[in-house]
Amino acid sequence: MNALPLIITVFVACAVEAVEALTIVLATGITREWKSTFQGMGAALVVLAVITAAIGPAVSHLPLTGLRLVVGALLAIFGLQWMRKAVLRAAGYKALHDEAGAYRREVAAAEAAARESRRGVSDWYSFTLAFKGVLLEGLEVVFIVITFGSNQKNVGAAVVGAAAAIIVVTVVGIAVRAPLTKVPENWMKFAVGVMLASFGTFWGAEGAGVAWPGDDAALLVLVPVMALAAGGCVYWLRSRKTAAAVTARRSEVVGS
Amino acid sequence: MKRLKAFGAFIYDFVVGDDWHVAALVVIGLAVTAVLAHAAKVNAWWLLPVVAVAALAWSLHRATTARK
Repeated sequence: MNALPLIITVFVACAVEAVEALTIVLATGITREWKSTFQGMGAALVVLAVITAAIGPAVSHLPLTGLRLVVGALLAIFGLQWMRKAVLRAAGYKALHDEAGAYRREVAAAEAAARESRRGVSDWYSFTLAFKGVLLEGLEVVFIVITFGSNQKNVGAAVVGAAAAIIVVTVVGIAVRAPLTKVPENWMKFAVGVMLASFGTFWGAEGAGVAWPGDDAALLVLVPVMALAAGGCVYWLRSRKTAAAVTARRSEVVGS
Repeated sequence: MKRLKAFGAFIYDFVVGDDWHVAALVVIGLAVTAVLAHAAKVNAWWLLPVVAVAALAWSLHRATTARK
């Protein structure tokens, strides 16, 4: 398979996670202290590098059939959960992820927290907040890089996609010095969920012993089918919500 | 022990997410696909996509009707 779809999928997935991590880092650094924030961020990146270095080579030594079965199942589950959230948000059943709101909440919490020096770090709150934020969002990046890269036997391309996303988001974040509110996060999550679920389904079924018609070309059908199904779910939930609202209004009129 | 529990909860949330039924259906779908492929020699490539879409729709139905 061409490396480009792999790079693009990893790039978009990692960009979403990087935007969320950037919001936490900016809120902490601007409100409290940059030095401790960078220390927390650096510590998280070291932990992520150690995890990648430990798991990455181990995963790539596993037999491809077993790897595809396990990783395919994990990716399909992971992707379907992303799709579920994105559909609920697009249909209005769940609030849209609001980076500006998240930033305001982080700033308010950072301003209220007490200042405490610990283990050579001048502001422990900034350190732990940046550490947790970058580590949690980064773990998803590591998961995507390892699963996609090892399945395609091209971890290098996956790393290129992830690194490009992190660099782009960091550069833009430094340039605007504000959370990236204009990034269409829900639609990016929707697209990534479709890609993860499609690749997961493809690899999982292959690992279970299936031969796809057209081999890798089956993905060219599977991805649009998943996207259409998710779009259909948005339409179905929106129509149901509208119908429920109309019924409620009618019963109010009859009751009054 | 408390940290181990917290780690377990994090891993569960990370992999399984909000609705464990989706994960269960995917695993069942894969198991049935494997049985069909190896025991019955049926190339059931269509089964897992159907299960994935059905699991998504069912999970969404459950999530939205529970909120009424």
